[in-house]
Amino acid sequence: MTTTSKDVKPVAGITVRLAGDSGDGMQLLGTQLTNTSALAGNDVATFPDFPAEIRAPRGTRAGVSGFQVQFAKQEIFTPGDTLDALVVMNPAALVTNIQDLRKGGILIANEDGFTAKDFKLAKVDANPLDATVINEEYRLFKVPMTKLTRTAVSEHGLSPKIADRCKNFFAMGLVYWLFGRSLEPTLRFIEAKFGKKPEVAAANIAALRAGWAYGETTEAFGESYQVEAAELKPGTYRNVMGNQALAWGLVAASKLSNKDLFYGTYPITPASDILHELTKHKAFGVRTFQAEDEIAAVCATIGAAFGGTMAVTASSGPGIALKAEAMGLGMILELPMIVVNVQRGGPSTGLPTKTEQSDLLQAMFGRNGESPLPVIAPQSPADCFSVAIEAWRLAVECMVPVMLLSDGYIANGSEPWRIPEMSSLPKIDVQHPEGKTDDEPFLPYKRDANHARPWAIPGAEGLMHRLGGLEKENETGNVSYDPDNHQLMTNLRAEKVAKIAERIPAQEVFGEESGDLLVVSWGGTYGACHTAVQQCQQAGHRVSHAHVRYLNPLPANLGDLLRRFDRVLVPELNMGQLRMLLRSEYLVDCIGFNKVQGKPFAVSELIQQIETHLPQPVGA
Amino acid sequence: MNLPVLKPTDFASDQDIRWCPGCGDYSILAQMKKVLPDLGVPREKTVFISGIGCSSRFPYYMNTYGMHSIHGRAPAFATGLKSTRPDLMVWVITGDGDALSIGGNHFIHVLRRNLDINIVLFNNRIYGLTKGQYSPTSTEGQVTKSTPMGSIDHPLSPLSVALAAEATFVARSMDANVKHLGMVLKRAAQHKGTSLVEVYQNCNVFNDGAMAYAQEKAQRPENTIELEHGKPLIFGKESDKGIRLVGTRLEVVNRSDVADDDLLIHDEREQNPSIQMMLARMRYPEMPEPMGVLRDVEGVPTYNDQINQQVTSAKERFGEGDLEKLFSAGDTWVVD
Ligand code: SF4
Repeated sequence: MTTTSKDVKPVAGITVRLAGDSGDGMQLLGTQLTNTSALAGNDVATFPDFPAEIRAPRGTRAGVSGFQVQFAKQEIFTPGDTLDALVVMNPAALVTNIQDLRKGGILIANEDGFTAKDFKLAKVDANPLDATVINEEYRLFKVPMTKLTRTAVSEHGLSPKIADRCKNFFAMGLVYWLFGRSLEPTLRFIEAKFGKKPEVAAANIAALRAGWAYGETTEAFGESYQVEAAELKPGTYRNVMGNQALAWGLVAASKLSNKDLFYGTYPITPASDILHELTKHKAFGVRTFQAEDEIAAVCATIGAAFGGTMAVTASSGPGIALKAEAMGLGMILELPMIVVNVQRGGPSTGLPTKTEQSDLLQAMFGRNGESPLPVIAPQSPADCFSVAIEAWRLAVECMVPVMLLSDGYIANGSEPWRIPEMSSLPKIDVQHPEGKTDDEPFLPYKRDANHARPWAIPGAEGLMHRLGGLEKENETGNVSYDPDNHQLMTNLRAEKVAKIAERIPAQEVFGEESGDLLVVSWGGTYGACHTAVQQCQQAGHRVSHAHVRYLNPLPANLGDLLRRFDRVLVPELNMGQLRMLLRSEYLVDCIGFNKVQGKPFAVSELIQQIETHLPQPVGA
Repeated sequence: MNLPVLKPTDFASDQDIRWCPGCGDYSILAQMKKVLPDLGVPREKTVFISGIGCSSRFPYYMNTYGMHSIHGRAPAFATGLKSTRPDLMVWVITGDGDALSIGGNHFIHVLRRNLDINIVLFNNRIYGLTKGQYSPTSTEGQVTKSTPMGSIDHPLSPLSVALAAEATFVARSMDANVKHLGMVLKRAAQHKGTSLVEVYQNCNVFNDGAMAYAQEKAQRPENTIELEHGKPLIFGKESDKGIRLVGTRLEVVNRSDVADDDLLIHDEREQNPSIQMMLARMRYPEMPEPMGVLRDVEGVPTYNDQINQQVTSAKERFGEGDLEKLFSAGDTWVVD
């Protein structure tokens, strides 16, 4: 029943947003549409956006939950700027999202969610669906979803409340019809998820099919749209979310280094999903520890590292602030571990469910004393997998805690991921010195060529040593207050991190190696910056893009690269943190484009910025 | 297997000890070195983890693995270590400020989890390393550098806190009674689960004699009571006094007035900590203070056993984790 008899219009890509009350199941709808589109071979990128409150008052603007997905037949890097279609379940969802719908875009509204009571909750005077602008500027489809759902599920004997909950599947069915999506993956999902409650499963299936049939049979919808499969690199793909990919990357790193994984953490948005994912994987030798607080989480992580285990802790900005003292200890103990920060809007509790990049300077300097740590950042949801592995490789190579800076946008976003063959991933070599019985003293702080000290672990005979937060004597590791020794140890610890620059790949450039403008970005803004630069290049501008993955130390060639461009633009979702680092490191006068509005960059605003800083054509 | 016989001196590191001369810490260190060879655990399998404070220098003086961590957090480091390395014998060395003030949260949580480690809490009722401020166990009215008009805080008893968290081993001893201290440390080590030992420790520089009523040999019999499992609670220079349970409280009685059968019989193995809590609340000068093992309950699963058991049973149920299987579970598609 999933072949339409109406006209099908081929399009290159579609951006849809589904918006409703937090209880309306929009996240589920969005995830299903994403998976189905990915399975259809499209490239996909998503942006879920939900309120901080778990159950914000129903029908209010504060309670609106949205899910945006772009699916396309070419490679895409963002969930899209402006919407081709918007589905709204109530007036609050309409008024808070309509500004992103393009002129002439499709607007589907659940008519039954637009009653006098709903207007009051959304604080609108009259029915916004009657407004002239809505009717003239967009292609509005009013669908009585609640009523139609009730009819569709009536034979399954559910209470009215449960029956009404099926309306997101009705909406899903209609959206699937509109974009020529197969119902199969979602039917399988319903069976798996509601199998234990057959009446609920049957009702959801009925609602899904009713939604599809509504598109097919009512005259309101004249045509549907089809997005062909994208040309991706050959391989087996699946859809992954950022936190999931990060968790899998950690497990993979533990296998590649032949270590069990210890994950010490405390629940915090938006990092908790890493815990939820990892704790499922005990069969991989994963031990998760939900600590009594953030400090205990990082301290237990250091304890596990001391014992020779692959140890990881994660949090978001406020939790990282609490971990700062212990991270300093991890740094001076020179034990390998990973500290993940899934950044969110700050300061303090800030905007827990919204994205931001404002913890870069915290990662760089947020500890007392001279305490540099390596910092690296993934650029997209799937990239979290590789960056997690890379973080562990650096940590053991240098015997140092490594900061991994993800963000809420990457963590909750998803994209297709080409599943790697484990045998193709390089092993991570971990050595622990063997025990000994001679009388030679063991030197726990004697360094190798990378300045790394030996990772001697309890159990090894004759290597007994004491670590601690007091300054250590070079090589012996004994407590030392000697002035020259403190200078030496401070230098050695800093050099150890700086030397990483000799071993990491040179900074890559997208576009020419010199030109009018270089856009420098890091972390989750990769997709938007890449797309903006790509479009400017296509328009003939001499613009290039450098996306920095290694933030500390910076790649060795970065300074020269910056100097080869007339101007350097650094867009960031903070008030100019990488820009500050680049200026102080290279004395290059970078220009910032900064915003902290809880939202990712739109490609259009970046293009506009880029154009502002390009040389004006002669005579203009 | 023939383990080499170790002597107390084998457990001494080559570092100079930096406590003030006359500090009670020396005696605790000496007892620890004496007890360890008897436990049969090799030095390389023994780990001391401490927080910050005078007592927390302890690991530097032991020829074992050790970590001098950060203030109050030693139990958390121990949790990560023991959960992943259950083969190690882990000791936490802490003080009254370290465990009960800045580290209060970790202290109660490690106890409730029943991690199989031994915690030795040096209680000198003062902040020594920072030169003499009052601590959470300082007495009301105590004049210190930070309380010139006397402390207005009500002191906290580590034993009561531990019992409230339903710790499975709770004991008290003192630096001045070395034989008793050695016995208690040994029993703590033998207990499976978290063992808490509070040690009355004299800080002769900033709080000298604060617990002299208990530590001085002459005063000790009148002001403390040595607990023994299954024995009636008897104390006094002439062993002439006892403790009786009347309704919901304990009282001191003269043995000449009361039959021994009516005295409270100490039961350290009772799961319900209520009477043990009453013992913990006995305070000088109204009551003699209990010394010895208040509680030693076996059979409660340990955190380290359980976290590892879950890994084992997950492997039994699902087989050793296979990454490629994990990655390709669910919906995938192939691009040619
Ligand atoms: S200050 Fe007190 S506790 Fe600290 S070492 Fe000196 S005597 Fe001992």
